[in-house]
Amino acid sequence: MTVPIVITVNGERRSVDVAGSESLLHTLRNDLGLPGTKDACEQGECGSCTVIFDGAAVCSCLVMAADADGATVTTVEGIGEGAQLHPLQEVMLAEGAVQCGFCTPGFIVTGVHLLETNSHPTEPEIREALSGNICRCTGYGAILRAFTALTSEGA
Amino acid sequence: MTTRTLPRVRGGIGTSVGRPDGEPKVTGNFAFASDLSSPGMLWGATLRSPHAHATLTELDIGPALAMVGVHAVLTQDDVVGSPMFGQVEQDQPVLCDGTARYWGEPVAVVAADDEETARRAAAAIVAVWEPLDPLDDPERAAEIGSTFREMRIRRGDETAEGSVVVEGFYETATQDQAPLGPEAGFAIPDGEGGLDLYITSQWVHVDHRQIIACLDLEPDQVRCHPAGIGGAFGSREDISLHIHVAMLALATGRSVKMVYDRSESFVGHVKRHPSRMWYRHEADEDGNLVKVTARLILDGGAYAHTSPAVIANAAFFSVGPYRCDNVVIDAVVVRTNNPPAGAMRGFGVVQACFASESQMDSLAEAIGLAPLELRRRNALAPGDPFATSGQVIQGSLPTVAVIDALESIPIPDPIPSDDPRLAPGGTGLTTPRSAVVRGVGYAVGLKNLAFSEGFDDFAEARVVMTPAGIEIHTAAIEVGQGLVTVCQQIARTVLGVDRVAVVWKDTSQIGSAGSTSASRQTQMTGGAVHDAAVGLRDQILSLHGGDELRDDGVYKQGELVATVNEICSDGPVECHVRFRHPKTYPPDADGQGEIHAGFVVAAHRAVVDVDPELGLVRVVRVDTAQDVGRALNPQAIVGQLEGGIMQGMGFAVMEELVIDGGVIRNPTFTDYLIPTFLDAPDVEVRIIEEGDHWGPFGAKGIAESPTISSTPAIVAAIRAATGRSLTRVPVLPTDIVGV
Repeated sequence: MTVPIVITVNGERRSVDVAGSESLLHTLRNDLGLPGTKDACEQGECGSCTVIFDGAAVCSCLVMAADADGATVTTVEGIGEGAQLHPLQEVMLAEGAVQCGFCTPGFIVTGVHLLETNSHPTEPEIREALSGNICRCTGYGAILRAFTALTSEGA
Repeated sequence: MTTRTLPRVRGGIGTSVGRPDGEPKVTGNFAFASDLSSPGMLWGATLRSPHAHATLTELDIGPALAMVGVHAVLTQDDVVGSPMFGQVEQDQPVLCDGTARYWGEPVAVVAADDEETARRAAAAIVAVWEPLDPLDDPERAAEIGSTFREMRIRRGDETAEGSVVVEGFYETATQDQAPLGPEAGFAIPDGEGGLDLYITSQWVHVDHRQIIACLDLEPDQVRCHPAGIGGAFGSREDISLHIHVAMLALATGRSVKMVYDRSESFVGHVKRHPSRMWYRHEADEDGNLVKVTARLILDGGAYAHTSPAVIANAAFFSVGPYRCDNVVIDAVVVRTNNPPAGAMRGFGVVQACFASESQMDSLAEAIGLAPLELRRRNALAPGDPFATSGQVIQGSLPTVAVIDALESIPIPDPIPSDDPRLAPGGTGLTTPRSAVVRGVGYAVGLKNLAFSEGFDDFAEARVVMTPAGIEIHTAAIEVGQGLVTVCQQIARTVLGVDRVAVVWKDTSQIGSAGSTSASRQTQMTGGAVHDAAVGLRDQILSLHGGDELRDDGVYKQGELVATVNEICSDGPVECHVRFRHPKTYPPDADGQGEIHAGFVVAAHRAVVDVDPELGLVRVVRVDTAQDVGRALNPQAIVGQLEGGIMQGMGFAVMEELVIDGGVIRNPTFTDYLIPTFLDAPDVEVRIIEEGDHWGPFGAKGIAESPTISSTPAIVAAIRAATGRSLTRVPVLPTDIVGV
């Protein structure tokens, strides 16, 4: 049993038939050809699948695809201007905040959402905003330095 | 040996140059194994045992086969080659052989049109079980001789006695590597009976050996390709779904993808061995160690995996980085019906270090010495005999230097922060802030480098000059640690050339690089790249009569004498190297001999705030001084140290896979807690550079050290804050409150 939905993903209107039991994460990865959004726990614990959904940073594994009908979604593939990286992507690279990279799309999307809502977050605000994203490699230090470098430049 | 001044080059060793795979990773374009797909591919799924120990009395695959969209259902009867696999000992059936020996053991695999159908079909298989009593007590297993390996180390005088004696019993729980990337494999049949396998692995060649044996195929019929990996930490050192996905592809003649979900991942890979350890340290009144006696039991679970090597590491590193002339160690790794254990960052040393460093603190207290002073007095140095194996320490080992450097890092303000978010338990803290107590603790850890005990340990690499630049060919696995960058840096520095790319090769295209484990790839594959680059450079310079290589060609006294196109006029020019570290030997009957190829040492200091009423801990900071040999990429070193410390902190205060009667009770990220951004302590790093006797430019592998001594340092800090003895990790709130 499938349900037809229309969603705007990274600025593009997409029509897709989704299963009733399917999560938005699966739709993005398997039906819409956007594997940048990662699947690591499917319980909303790790943040690897974070997307911006109608203005909110959410775990796409917890959104039923059928409920996304009419929604506007930004995935990691939609961050940055074409080939131009977003400043957060640049600074994550510069600070060595990427190791295995599996959590990175989730951190980028959550981080961009944070910066859109609070352009100069304090360290406790950064930690709080990113506390739903698990990184198993870096110990978070380099990620914190990336955000701090970006926000203290007054960018 | 060629002696020449190393050219100055952009992105060479000693610089914090960025990762070549960084941009695809921040844009979401990096292909992890779980991202691979092709039109018309099938999905695989696995039926697993619901019992830790049971006889399979009936297995009916009919209901699954009858489902629309199901293309294959395979059982152990479909294994055409060797029915068993295993890296060290081939003791595990590919699929259940009639007896389930651990909870979650694979029983049958299914290929279907989509993921959901595959899972439903696996669930539709009828398996009838007769449950048996699980052997889940490791001490009982030791009593009845259900063991994988016993280690006996005797050095010096067993009757020696010290005037100060401390004894302790310690336990460590099961820790999971919990890499974010799940196990994943993508198998593409070649239409001629063979296949290409893209797989999450730490060592494709050792997987390949096991896969071809079970599939009964020739080596060149199966090509194992390194695929994009989302962390490993030891979890991918052993086979998971590799053989299953290959069998499904061969059976259906179609590409098959398998990916474990998180719960299946917890079941589907080996984990850190839980341990029980009894220790007696004896010293003289000045704190000089006289004798260490210890008994260690590690639970290897149902199948061997790397347990025989893990127990050796636990035994040989049971005294830590200290001199001691009299050592009596008995260590055993047992076979039970608990989840199989294997490699995890630190590989047996983590357990022993927790116990032995706890003992060193007890000894320091008994003698009245500061914790680091006791360690300094006994510090192992080059030229000393290693306490356990007796081998003379070669190369660098700056034990005192790391202790001194750690002490030089300023201790932070002793007043806990007023920010409620920084309190133990965060804003949920109900205890008055004035009741929060702070503690400081220390630990020092020693680890071997690369494989020990006479293992034929080597790494192959090929460095190739092409008109487009230098290529490094290797099958070494990049798990996120930054090997790809270090290889580029080494080649750039040796060759004086900027344009260097790493090109991953499959098992048919190059020989083994050995495992990405044991802190070995910087030295081993790095060593192979170094030597191959030297060989290539000398070959090209000699052929063209030059004295310097640059991106555009060979120069002599500043003049271009041959362009890259001229050098490559007959095709790419290459040098292929098989690199080996200094030879090691198996231990004798007393555990003596040249067992290890090298050593690395680190020290940690933890500062914690504890709420003694609720038993909550906030790890405020963990500082470290780390022996690195030579720092090839300082930023990457800091990243490894911070990340490793976080896993050590997880083990100290929160990470425990709860296993009850052989059943894992918390195989999810909801119930198995991993440190988050709010848990992360500040870390200050001191890097100690004293070049080692082998490896590129004297560099050492460093990535396990931070996970070894951070855990005991944090527990020591909690002891200092609470006065509790705390002999088990992770330390739980109930241990602190004392209920």
